[in-house]
Amino acid sequence: MSNVIDIQLPLDEVRVRSLKAGDVVSLSGIIYSARDAAHKRLVEMLDKDEALPFDVQGATIYYMGPSPAKPGEVIGAAGPTTSYRMDPYAPRLIEVGLRGMVGKGERGANVVEAMQKFGAVYFAATGGAGALIGRTIKAAEVVAFPELGPEAVRRLTIENLPVIVAQDASGGNLYKDGVEKWRDTD
Amino acid sequence: MLKRVIEAADITAAVRTMAMEANFYLGEDVLDAFEDYRLTEKSPTAVALLDQLIENADIAAKQQIPLCQDCGYAVIFADVGEDAQINGNLKDAITEGVRQGYKDGYLRKSIVKDPLRRENTGDNTPPVIWCDIVKGDKLTLYFEPKGGGSENMSEVRGLKPADGREGVINFVVDRVKRSGGNPCPPVVVGVGIGGTFEKCAQNAKRSLLREIGQRHPDPFYADMEREILTKVNKLGIGPQGLGGTTTALDVFIEAYPAHIASLICAVNIQCHSARHKVAVL
Repeated sequence: MSNVIDIQLPLDEVRVRSLKAGDVVSLSGIIYSARDAAHKRLVEMLDKDEALPFDVQGATIYYMGPSPAKPGEVIGAAGPTTSYRMDPYAPRLIEVGLRGMVGKGERGANVVEAMQKFGAVYFAATGGAGALIGRTIKAAEVVAFPELGPEAVRRLTIENLPVIVAQDASGGNLYKDGVEKWRDTD
Repeated sequence: MLKRVIEAADITAAVRTMAMEANFYLGEDVLDAFEDYRLTEKSPTAVALLDQLIENADIAAKQQIPLCQDCGYAVIFADVGEDAQINGNLKDAITEGVRQGYKDGYLRKSIVKDPLRRENTGDNTPPVIWCDIVKGDKLTLYFEPKGGGSENMSEVRGLKPADGREGVINFVVDRVKRSGGNPCPPVVVGVGIGGTFEKCAQNAKRSLLREIGQRHPDPFYADMEREILTKVNKLGIGPQGLGGTTTALDVFIEAYPAHIASLICAVNIQCHSARHKVAVL
């Protein structure tokens, strides 16, 4: 596996545009969890000109709803959920300053367009590696929509979350290039 | 003839235990498959991802935490022996076991009360229960926590009888191809062929209870399973859809008699967290 790039969040545009599909990255710092229901609400807030519950400038959102923490633990299993369901909402958030997204599975054309225009990157975390990823989360605090349970927005402090740049800000796409590379057409 | 009595409380206890154990401990068959495919996988990135899955299973088992935060929709197949009598209500007993297992195991509650109004039920109930009446005096319960991401990539299609074996193979391979990285490959592909619309979907789901490597007893279908598996693993999708030669761990087919007009086919995709448990009461 290629060399690991250590990234301290938040992200800026220069850093984002330097990342290429296939780069192996280790993320540390603050990341916000939000998935289906939270995205719907965040975009509704933007539509009503309300302030978002966290600073979206340079922020990275993790598409994740954890299992409950056992007593004495920070969080339970915490792997990514499938990202295309957030495609209807992501461009709006990118437009107002979101720089990074972490999830699994390929993003649609509308998201790719916003990523290129405003400068954002999409990282793939390992789906189903919830126990392993949970250990990289050192602190977790619900910052919005507690009534959504696992879907609440959480502010997470992460250390060395292993991800791969899946789709970059210049159109690079590992879901296409990686698959073409290993396809056996004989 | 006097029926053998099975207490509802024993059913609840068995379901509670299975909910937790299915979510904490990945089956040896799946772990062995990770190790085997790791040796044949050509992409270094894919090998690293398979290594993460092996490490993940080890952490989950040691710490007794879920393998995946998506602890699934609780799907239960209940094979009820005709000479068994349940002292209590079977459905209530299973539901209570799900409630207790998801609460006591700190498993994620992923079920909303209504598909459009979407308020979480808070205890991962109700389960989906499929009952069958079988010979004997035992109750066999299969517990299959089914994740949402892979379920979303599943499909039922009415093929024409003229489409035949090749038509079914093409449909299944294409379904896996179109799923890409969404269902958390390497996947297990459950295929139902024949029966009615719902029977074939149910058979696709039930096929996922098999152990990795367990071939269909009919050589015709066993051969078809091998052929689909080979084709799927040539797609290049790989672990997480990021490229590689390990797209599926296995393919399971369940066939059922079909109507003269029909060749209905269902594909139920299972993520690599292929969890299931069985209890015989």
